[in-house]
Amino acid sequence: MTDLKRVPLHDLHVELGAKMVPFAGYEMPVQYPLGVLKEHLHTRGKAGLFDVSHMGQVLLRGADAARALERLIPMDVAGLGVGRQRYGFFTNETGGILDDLMFANRGDHLFLVVNAACKDADIAHLRAALEPEVSVEVVTDRALLAVQGPAAEAALASLAAEVAGMRFMDVADVTLAGAACWVSRSGYTGEDGYEISVPVGAAEALARALLDHEAVEPIGLGARDSLRLEAGLCLYGHDITTETTPVEAGLTWAIQKARRAGGAREGGFPGAGVILEELADGPALRRVGLMPEGRAPMREGVALFAASEGGDPVGTITSGGFGPSVGGPVAMGYVSADYAGGDALLYGEVRGRRHPVRIAPMPFVPSNFKR
Amino acid sequence: MKYTEEHEWLRPEDDLIVVGITEHAAEQLGDIVFIELPEEGDEIAKDDEAVVIESVKAASEILAPIDGEIVEVNSALVENPGQVNDDPQGDGWFFKIKPADPSQLDDYMDEAAYKKMIG
Repeated sequence: MTDLKRVPLHDLHVELGAKMVPFAGYEMPVQYPLGVLKEHLHTRGKAGLFDVSHMGQVLLRGADAARALERLIPMDVAGLGVGRQRYGFFTNETGGILDDLMFANRGDHLFLVVNAACKDADIAHLRAALEPEVSVEVVTDRALLAVQGPAAEAALASLAAEVAGMRFMDVADVTLAGAACWVSRSGYTGEDGYEISVPVGAAEALARALLDHEAVEPIGLGARDSLRLEAGLCLYGHDITTETTPVEAGLTWAIQKARRAGGAREGGFPGAGVILEELADGPALRRVGLMPEGRAPMREGVALFAASEGGDPVGTITSGGFGPSVGGPVAMGYVSADYAGGDALLYGEVRGRRHPVRIAPMPFVPSNFKR
Repeated sequence: MKYTEEHEWLRPEDDLIVVGITEHAAEQLGDIVFIELPEEGDEIAKDDEAVVIESVKAASEILAPIDGEIVEVNSALVENPGQVNDDPQGDGWFFKIKPADPSQLDDYMDEAAYKKMIG
């Protein structure tokens, strides 16, 4: 793994017995000795600590940074209050998705968190579109940790009581392990929790302090994936890509009224024509939740058919596997819009045989956010 | 007890051979969540796909190590696939096969050779 980058907590992961694997150019912990299944269940039952320092952290500064960012994403950035965060995505000219992100209004600047695999492209895209009117600063001296699960509040509040008062998608400056951290109440598991941008020098002390809490176990990328899948959250590069539009992906909730037809700042983002038209007319395909009726997991790439024999595919699975909290296989994918919206029975072809799979609402487990 | 390079173990039991995967294999696969076993009475040939295993990570196929007839399968694994992780060389066995040619076992490693292979 010589060409791979290491996260600041690399040695801690190794000490904790993590199995390190290549992921988006980094050596990352995929699981710890507890194993994916138990790590997943522990996060839903108590709390898990995730190292997501491979993700990109970017600051945008400038008098009109919010309006400028609106040129690249179909979100209401200008209307986002100080101390609040939103989910968004960069679109391309054909209405596809270049990456998804979180963006926060931190007063005199915006703070963005983008996917590791896309971060270089995202930064280039931001610089090309926004500089020099907005400065695009890549944060390289901070780790990013997430603590997720019903006991996340108790664990983090044991270090800084004020985090208990934060609501879902609030962001705040919090001193943790003696360092100035940027904390948001959000995550990627469907559970309550926090994401913490921490100066590299304090990251290990903060991680150890959280792991010292009786409720907290370290959790790898394996369980992070099954947690987000059960929560119905998209994985970029799989469930959303440059070939999928936000309307097909069912992410229109993230496109605020101000950016839609008739809104105060309608359109003005890449692919606006396609996306606003699809919003009005409906897409040809839709992302749906899928529950295989048998025990066999249906994974990415499984073709979906309307009948148990014959016919052309009506859809494809984009993410799938075993849902430890569901206790069975779960998946998501795209189907012809004719089948979306109900509980249609389809057939997924696994190892040459078709097995029944039912369209189901997501999330597959109830979300547990502190609204 | 014999071992294959594919991390299967073969244990003679009367005139049958019990087949499963080693502890090392179970650990590498991670938590097993689904198992598809052959049918009792199936005639299978060496290197035919005999068992499908899905772990939290991926699907894997277990190939038949020898020619023969599947006499018994461990159907408890269908409801409780985690048994393979818990006791891979005991309760986690997959099937019992009546060998067509018992000399096929001679091609496989003994425990010492297997341990050397996995390091």
